[in-house]
Amino acid sequence: MQLSKLRGVRVPHRKNTADSAAKRLKTPSAVTIPMVMHIGAPAKPVVSPGDNVKVGQLIGEASGAVSSPVYASVSGTVKRVEPFLLSSGQFSQAVVIESDGKQELFEELPPPEVSDRQSFLDAVRKSGVVGLGGAGFPTAVKLDVDPNRIEAIIINGAECEPYITSDTRTMLDESDKIWAGIEMLQKYLGVKRVIVAIEDNKKSCIEKFENLAKGTSSVEVMALPSMYPQGGEKVLIYNTVGRIVPEGGLPIDVGVIVLNCTTLACIARYIASGVPLVEKCVTVDGSAVKEPKNVIVPIGTPLKEVFEGCGGFKSEPKKVIYGGPMMGIAVPDLDAPVLKNTNALLALDEKDAVIPKTTACIKCGRCVNSCPLGLMPASIETAFELKKPEQLEELKVNLCMECGCCSFVCPARRPLVQVNKLAKTMLRNYQQAKKAEEEKNKAKAEKGAAKI
Amino acid sequence: MNKLLVSVSPHIRQGDTTATIMRDVLIALVPALVASVIFFGARALLVAAVTIAVCVLSEWGFEKITGRENTIYDLSAAVTGLLLALNLPVDIPIWQAIFGSAAAIIMVKQLFGGIGKNFANPAITARVIMLIAFAGPMTTWRAVGDAVSSATPLALIKAGDISSLPSLMQMFIGQRSGSLGETSALALLLGGAYLLYRKVITWHTPVAFIGTVFVFTALLGEQPVYQIMSGGLILGAFFMATDYSTTPSTPLGQIIFGIGCGLITVLIRVWGNYPEGVSFSILLMNILTPYISKLTKRKPIGGVKA
Repeated sequence: MQLSKLRGVRVPHRKNTADSAAKRLKTPSAVTIPMVMHIGAPAKPVVSPGDNVKVGQLIGEASGAVSSPVYASVSGTVKRVEPFLLSSGQFSQAVVIESDGKQELFEELPPPEVSDRQSFLDAVRKSGVVGLGGAGFPTAVKLDVDPNRIEAIIINGAECEPYITSDTRTMLDESDKIWAGIEMLQKYLGVKRVIVAIEDNKKSCIEKFENLAKGTSSVEVMALPSMYPQGGEKVLIYNTVGRIVPEGGLPIDVGVIVLNCTTLACIARYIASGVPLVEKCVTVDGSAVKEPKNVIVPIGTPLKEVFEGCGGFKSEPKKVIYGGPMMGIAVPDLDAPVLKNTNALLALDEKDAVIPKTTACIKCGRCVNSCPLGLMPASIETAFELKKPEQLEELKVNLCMECGCCSFVCPARRPLVQVNKLAKTMLRNYQQAKKAEEEKNKAKAEKGAAKI
Repeated sequence: MNKLLVSVSPHIRQGDTTATIMRDVLIALVPALVASVIFFGARALLVAAVTIAVCVLSEWGFEKITGRENTIYDLSAAVTGLLLALNLPVDIPIWQAIFGSAAAIIMVKQLFGGIGKNFANPAITARVIMLIAFAGPMTTWRAVGDAVSSATPLALIKAGDISSLPSLMQMFIGQRSGSLGETSALALLLGGAYLLYRKVITWHTPVAFIGTVFVFTALLGEQPVYQIMSGGLILGAFFMATDYSTTPSTPLGQIIFGIGCGLITVLIRVWGNYPEGVSFSILLMNILTPYISKLTKRKPIGGVKA
């Protein structure tokens, strides 16, 4: 046991919807399903306008090793396959399906036959499951490592972001699936140590898993302090097994894999039923929402319809966010669809959406003292403003996970996360230019040597 | 449908702003101000009113002339004004108080770029400037309760006049001569506790500073408890050695800063020409702050040396 935990900040919990079991909403009239809902190569659309599709039918196949297949979430007719602007600013192909309201399941969805490591990984790949905690990294790729390297798998049930309770609901309502998933990890990947990590503000979830783990020695339930960003991968690894993921490395480099609890539940659901990832449990909350609650909606449902299913707005929404308020992404309009890795939708009213006025840095050091990774955001900001990439390199801005603690605590309301994002790009460009320069010089030297 | 706001995360912020922090410092100084009025009379209030007004006015005027954004509402100029007042003798001529206040804001703060950019504490530096410029009035102390002048306890110790020293209890309550705000340990500790409670400051600097003075004076055979309640130590340790811009921001840096302040204070008190050394110690350590910060940088977790 290590002496200290990584620090972070105390954020308001606002888990208003923790007691609201997820309810399925009315099927939307149409869904827009982007082919990019994961990190890696975009899926390739395999349907054309006019095609009839059913729930669970493949509409986009994985292309390349790091990719993930996409399935129809409603039954109906494909209307369009067209470029779609993602919130990241990139364009991706998207399949628009008009729903017939019947939600008929695709006939060819037999549960996959899983008997060993390879068939388990194939099933995970086919399930369309990606990191549902938010990152969207294809889970099959993460699990496809030499099993001897896996010393522990951490099931992430921290859910440290304010408002979000969709993982809480998964842990309470689908604990059997998570447990089945854990057993599969043990059986097919030979994982010896499984840690279920849950923040201590979710007593009922901890209790549930402690009961499930009774009598087994290979599954530990760890109650962690409710300290943001407890669920951040590097933070969670340090605070559970005391290991530090090195710069540029992956958790597996320290023998650990972290899986979000809902990710695991979705895998288990697919293996049991054959129905791939086509719908999501989403927490709908925020000051502008009339009836905050957890809902289950088909992937691709326009946000507008999700909010309508929650009684609409009680005041005009000024900002709408995919995910939580600490790391969530603001969307430009309500036609944006629910994605695979959408775990919450927040609509904030004018008061909550206001962008605070930035004042001069008073060097209070709160950003430095709250950064879980020991970075110095105020110094990074200065180096960025002075356009000194070599200083950014030394300050290790590339390690920043954009958790938002620094901006959250800053009394001068400086946009530190925004600067860190820009500084990362500045550093990357500088390092690439440096590398190119070095190669050029090397080539020149070789040429010179050849002449002699 | 109106357009939605799009901005980079995080979308929520903690409640504290620069103005609320400065407001907390002002609140924390109220007990000391009240004590100064009780012990030195209404003129204490006049001095404070003048320094605060002149500091705020200087800030406003300088920013007006230089075309900078008006920052008087962040209350930092008011804090400087009040701190300076608490560092002055009650009978300081008003024109000198005005000069000191303007010097604090214009010379020490604004010429370096305003809030967050100054390297030395404005109130402390102004006090040191005044101590050198107006040596007489700056060292003429009124005895508590009457209008005759009297030496401070530290000056008495320096002169070897132990018999006229106030009792420990009198020192704690504040019944002694000295600057407006430095006399009542009780009032200052109340304010310091408030700052700790509000998390405006952490314990590191005050504990390191006062602890060092305690240990060092004890080693030298002085009365350590008496020493820590003398002079401006508690005022300095809680309110001025904890200034954000001019002191290190990591806990380790703050401990080094506090120990440095403590050592210099005792050196001056015991061997220096001046009876008191808190102001000088903080000012000297302010100058060392960039180096301390450099030495106590946090190490990125998982960082690999390039």
